[in-house]
Amino acid sequence: MNGGIIMKEKKTKAKSSTEKFDQTISGSEKEKYILRLYVTGKTFRSTMAITNLKKICDEYLEGQYDLEVIDLYKKPSLAKDEQIIAAPTLIKKLPLPFRRIIGDMSDKEKVLMGLDLVKIKGL
Amino acid sequence: MKKEESKILNKTLPKSPTGIQGFDEITGGGLPTGRPTLICGGAGCGKTLFGMEFLIRGATQFNEPGVFMSFEETNEELTKNVASLGFDLEYLVKHKKIALDHVHIERSEIDDTGEYDLEGLFVRLGYAIDSIGAKRVVLDTIESLFAGLPNQLILRAELRRLFRWLKVKGVTAIITGERGEETLTRQGLEEYVSDCVIILDHRVTEQNSTRRLRVVKYRGSMHGTNEYPFLIDENGFSILPVTSLGLKHQISNERISSGITALDNMLEGKGYYRGSTVLISGTAGVGKTSVAAHFAEAACKRGERVLYFCFEESPNQLMRNMLSIGIKLEPWVKKGLLQFQATRPTFYGLEMHLAATHKAVNEFKPSIVILDPINTFTMGEKDIEVKIMLMRIVDYLKSNQITALFTNLNSNGGILEQTDVGISSLIDTWLLLRDIELSGERNRGMYVLKSRGMAHSNQIREFILTDHGVELREVYVGASGVLTGSARIAQEANENAELLTRKQDIEQKKREIERKRKALEAQIATLQTDFESEESEAIKMIKTEQDTIKRLEQDKIKMAESRKAKTEKNTVKKLKK
Repeated sequence: MNGGIIMKEKKTKAKSSTEKFDQTISGSEKEKYILRLYVTGKTFRSTMAITNLKKICDEYLEGQYDLEVIDLYKKPSLAKDEQIIAAPTLIKKLPLPFRRIIGDMSDKEKVLMGLDLVKIKGL
Repeated sequence: MKKEESKILNKTLPKSPTGIQGFDEITGGGLPTGRPTLICGGAGCGKTLFGMEFLIRGATQFNEPGVFMSFEETNEELTKNVASLGFDLEYLVKHKKIALDHVHIERSEIDDTGEYDLEGLFVRLGYAIDSIGAKRVVLDTIESLFAGLPNQLILRAELRRLFRWLKVKGVTAIITGERGEETLTRQGLEEYVSDCVIILDHRVTEQNSTRRLRVVKYRGSMHGTNEYPFLIDENGFSILPVTSLGLKHQISNERISSGITALDNMLEGKGYYRGSTVLISGTAGVGKTSVAAHFAEAACKRGERVLYFCFEESPNQLMRNMLSIGIKLEPWVKKGLLQFQATRPTFYGLEMHLAATHKAVNEFKPSIVILDPINTFTMGEKDIEVKIMLMRIVDYLKSNQITALFTNLNSNGGILEQTDVGISSLIDTWLLLRDIELSGERNRGMYVLKSRGMAHSNQIREFILTDHGVELREVYVGASGVLTGSARIAQEANENAELLTRKQDIEQKKREIERKRKALEAQIATLQTDFESEESEAIKMIKTEQDTIKRLEQDKIKMAESRKAKTEKNTVKKLKK
């Protein structure tokens, strides 16, 4: 039950922050991250993934990302369209290259690598 | 029997018919309904096709829509691949009979960041199933997941869950898997799918490939345990179970001529039964093909269509050779009554031969089929497979009332009354041609080894190839045994000579008697003449005597008259007395 509430909160927060981003830094030269996180209901893994991802995004991509969390149970047709097998799956649509990151996002280093953020950190 | 059995089985374990020719027969009804079945085999053995045909036939024949989830081929590729087998996948997809889903996994695109599950796949599959109300599911080849996703432990646990989930969903599923080195599948899927396991195999022996299918396991059901050869042709899968040989053919009482009058005479004077299977076996060069060609020609003359499979000679060579014994086949080919199908037996595997035979027979619709010779198949194949194939051909031809004539070359030293491929039990009429070596000569003999349903001759006939076809002669059976060829001719000459001598003897005897008779007659004639002359002499003498007596008397009377004696009257009276 708790997890569900957290997710909702995060979701709204995420959306609000992207809106803020759009309003304030439009036309910025910084790359915009379009991320889609596909989860399946309110399982432990789903909430873990959402929480972990939010944390990472806020830390490394503050105001530079567009994250949408999608529940596959509600939109099952998307699973086929987006070639999703594993849950949770994070799809980085932009910037290229296109990448999929699966799992509960608990391995922070790997998430950063998948988002090509390790380099940024190094620089 | 079979039907009853499957009825009982159906009570305990419901089965979903696959519609795949032969498969439902060996499994007693199909795949277990609502349970997953594992189909494993190496590359190119037909796993995908089996799954696809299961779905397509399910959708078209049994009104059970199906989902095909492909982990390897794209939807376009699948559609194209099965189009070559005459299935219109696009149409079925459009009409919601089949749903296709290509799962694309690119390992390089995927990073794992912790624990995950396959819920995405479940959702995806569940959605596809619900969208068309699918009853059948094929997952081809789910093992690709192992290459595409990290963390095998999770994957295994999830697969186990998937197969359980499929059971709960109540769909009849096929899961395909690549054959592993020691296990049935590379990833040991057989541990999870344990209701029904089928192995497909594609073996190459002696440069010929043969496909085989085996039901390794079928929980809760009886099933054929043999390896069954199968073929993939333009009609899809076709499994050749020996047990499908139903012996319920329509039979015919009609008799058709063998094209050789003397042979017809050996078969009650009427020839073969229509729709029967005739085998001509013999050693090399005894004239098997000639007998077959006679049969073909006779059939064409009756206006029937003949399909001639020649596996050793080209049609032109065969026609030329037959022309030398006065059998003209070419006009019939031109008329379209006779068709040759010439392929080397080694050209392709058995199943393809069977497929080719089926196809050619279906297209040409002959009333007579000739296979010349059948034993060439044994070169590259094992006997049992050849036997099964021939059985299948015989079965097929019989059910279509087609008279089949096979020739079989007996290898030297082999037992004559046994074909190399051991199909004698399938044969209705069996003619045996054999060479008879005698006095430095090799001649041909022919006899009817068996002929079901007729009082056939038990005689060995000498078989002679002349410029006007095959002739059968009665062999010489006499004090010095069975003689053929020039020995027979010599014997006949001997007999003729003997006869002549005897005839001459009789003539001579006749002449002798005649001579004797003539001599006797001559004797008789002489005696007669003698007698006659004696007789006439005697008569003459008697006459002379009588004349003399008369004269004496007259002289007496004259003397008395001259003496004028009174005693004249007394004397006359005395003389008269």
